[in-house]
Amino acid sequence: MSGAFIPLDSVRRTIADARLQTAIYTGTGRLIAKRQSTVGADTLPDYQELRDQAQRIKRHAVENLDHYLEQLESNVIAHGGHVAWCSSGAEVADFVLSLAKQRGARLIVKSKSMTTEEIDLNERLEHHQLEAVETDLGEYILQLAHERPYHIVAPALHKTRYDVADIFTERLGVEREVVIESQTRIARRVLREKFLAAGIGITGANFLVADSGAIVVVENEGNARLSSSAPAIHIAIAGIEKVIPRAQDLAVFLKLLGRSATGQPLTVYTSFLSGPRRPGEVDGPEEFHLVLLDNGRTRLLADARKRESLFCIRCGACLNHCPVYRKIGGHNYPWVYSGPIGAIITPQFHGVLKDPWLSYASSLCGACAEVCPVKIDIPRLLLDLRSEVVQARKWKGSTRVEQMAFRAFAWIASHPRVYARLGAFMAVVAPRGENGWLRRLPFFMRLGVLRKWMSQRDLPAPARQSFRQYWRGRPKEK
Amino acid sequence: MRRGQVSIFVTCVVDQLFPEVGIAMTEVLERLGYRVDFRERQTCCGQPAFNSGYRDEARCLARHFLEVFRDAEFIVVPSGSCTSMIAHHFTELFPDDPSALAAAQHVANRTWEFSRFLLEVARVEDVGARFEGIVTYHDSCHALRELQVREGPRRLLANVRGLELREMDAAGECCGFGGTFAVKFADVSGAMARTKIDSILRTEAGTVVSVDSSCLMQLQGAMRRAGLGIRTMHLAEVLASR
Repeated sequence: MSGAFIPLDSVRRTIADARLQTAIYTGTGRLIAKRQSTVGADTLPDYQELRDQAQRIKRHAVENLDHYLEQLESNVIAHGGHVAWCSSGAEVADFVLSLAKQRGARLIVKSKSMTTEEIDLNERLEHHQLEAVETDLGEYILQLAHERPYHIVAPALHKTRYDVADIFTERLGVEREVVIESQTRIARRVLREKFLAAGIGITGANFLVADSGAIVVVENEGNARLSSSAPAIHIAIAGIEKVIPRAQDLAVFLKLLGRSATGQPLTVYTSFLSGPRRPGEVDGPEEFHLVLLDNGRTRLLADARKRESLFCIRCGACLNHCPVYRKIGGHNYPWVYSGPIGAIITPQFHGVLKDPWLSYASSLCGACAEVCPVKIDIPRLLLDLRSEVVQARKWKGSTRVEQMAFRAFAWIASHPRVYARLGAFMAVVAPRGENGWLRRLPFFMRLGVLRKWMSQRDLPAPARQSFRQYWRGRPKEK
Repeated sequence: MRRGQVSIFVTCVVDQLFPEVGIAMTEVLERLGYRVDFRERQTCCGQPAFNSGYRDEARCLARHFLEVFRDAEFIVVPSGSCTSMIAHHFTELFPDDPSALAAAQHVANRTWEFSRFLLEVARVEDVGARFEGIVTYHDSCHALRELQVREGPRRLLANVRGLELREMDAAGECCGFGGTFAVKFADVSGAMARTKIDSILRTEAGTVVSVDSSCLMQLQGAMRRAGLGIRTMHLAEVLASR
């Protein structure tokens, strides 16, 4: 089966864990409701036009990436910043390490960045005795718990305040505290010291503006602003697809991002950062470095049909609205990007045969595409990826049973007389059940898809008389 | 009133498992004055193969469908999902075959999901049906999001005498069927069905209505397993009731 290698035990545990299910449902449910209240016809009448526009801008930027990246680079340099091009996570780590060594920095503060999660930056740095501290509250909690983000925008979505109380007590040695405000104060006290002592601050970037050379960071806690201004060195790490042509394009994206992500017309902080502190300025870092990461993105770019995956602005709306994500949560996905967007980009980064079940882990309900602010056609991409899985497996000769079943089905269903006879035969031999529904199957039928169907629900028995048989027996022409 | 001929595609699920849906659809169409044509060479639209990534097999079935329905003027289908396969995905199967692509385009333009056919071609909102009871409507994903079928079935139901329509809070949420998803990820699919059923229960409706028999198979199967006595009916069955 193409569903092979799904982490089934872990999925079952997640589904059976009532407390975890409540946490996921409440967390995503709140984000759904808040989004809904900010994109409705009464509050944002041009929402659909904005989505169209956002998609057009992203398509244009992605299709002219070389041009805009070079423009961005020269503008960043003109502001006194530096640009480093990295093709992999190892290169990013090398860059940060050598900079830290040159400047004698041992402590790094980080604001939330999926791009650095993608390349396991913290682990790479810790390996070289550099301390990298997450300063976003959710990320900080997870760093203490040694877990990866559960959700693209709400990394600790699955943690209740009681979980957080346990983590803080255990890892920070503080007295158990279950009031969220007090927990925040504890984190703030610890992190404030880190901000003041850190030699380097690392942030991600939500948008890289080519025509102004600014990077834009949106956040709610102020920790990204501190990370980018308190330490002497600021490093922003971003995927190359984050570039947008013009500052005025932000009028479209900033309207969509906050609303789609957290249901906020605008996030609490929106920082436009262009270069290090200049003579006469009172704040800002002494040095600014922009790290542009490829890490497989150019490979996605090469595929004309699937390159729209690169339009993603990481709002997480597709996760919140995905009925599968809402059941299995974030940690059953194989990579840091979970939910529908994870299901389409992970196979493109890692190859379709790495986790072949991933593109199948969707009922194709389309709720994701409906809420995507840049209108990525996620169901279509999932279908494309599924056909790639089948193709790749054909070459490898695996999944014979499923392949043969579909081949046989196609043959039968393109031979109507065989199809009709086989249907009639099934109707005769199949068990009848109660009112045409089966609760149990005879033991010799308890296998394969039937067994899996019956594991969750009753099965309809084939009708005694199919529609085509009914039609034959119908009096001709009234 | 005589209205001309419609060809029905009853889908493999309806043909083999729920023929009463095809019979009900035929009755409604005949009552409206249509002459119903059932082409006995029809089988399956190929969606299970297509959705599982088996494009060659899907292409084979699409060709068969196109051959069977090549000259049909109207093709009416009691399923949003199969309609979407025929009307939207067939064309994707023949990028390098201009004549098949043209045939797919031709057939796509003539294929109608049942409720949309009633409202947009037959132009009726009241088919003269009577059904006593509280009903809730389940939006099947492909009808809702790929065919924009939302208000139509509700308008048709609102005109059924004796029927009270009660919206559930999660009408547009997936029931968890998803074709082979239901067996490949049975645990997840079952959990999704149970969430949907909770929403159905909150309406206190006695009947769940949809335009897709496969969603109803999932919901009915899961409700029976939970020991619930709630019925499921295809929209056509409700509209055929008197």
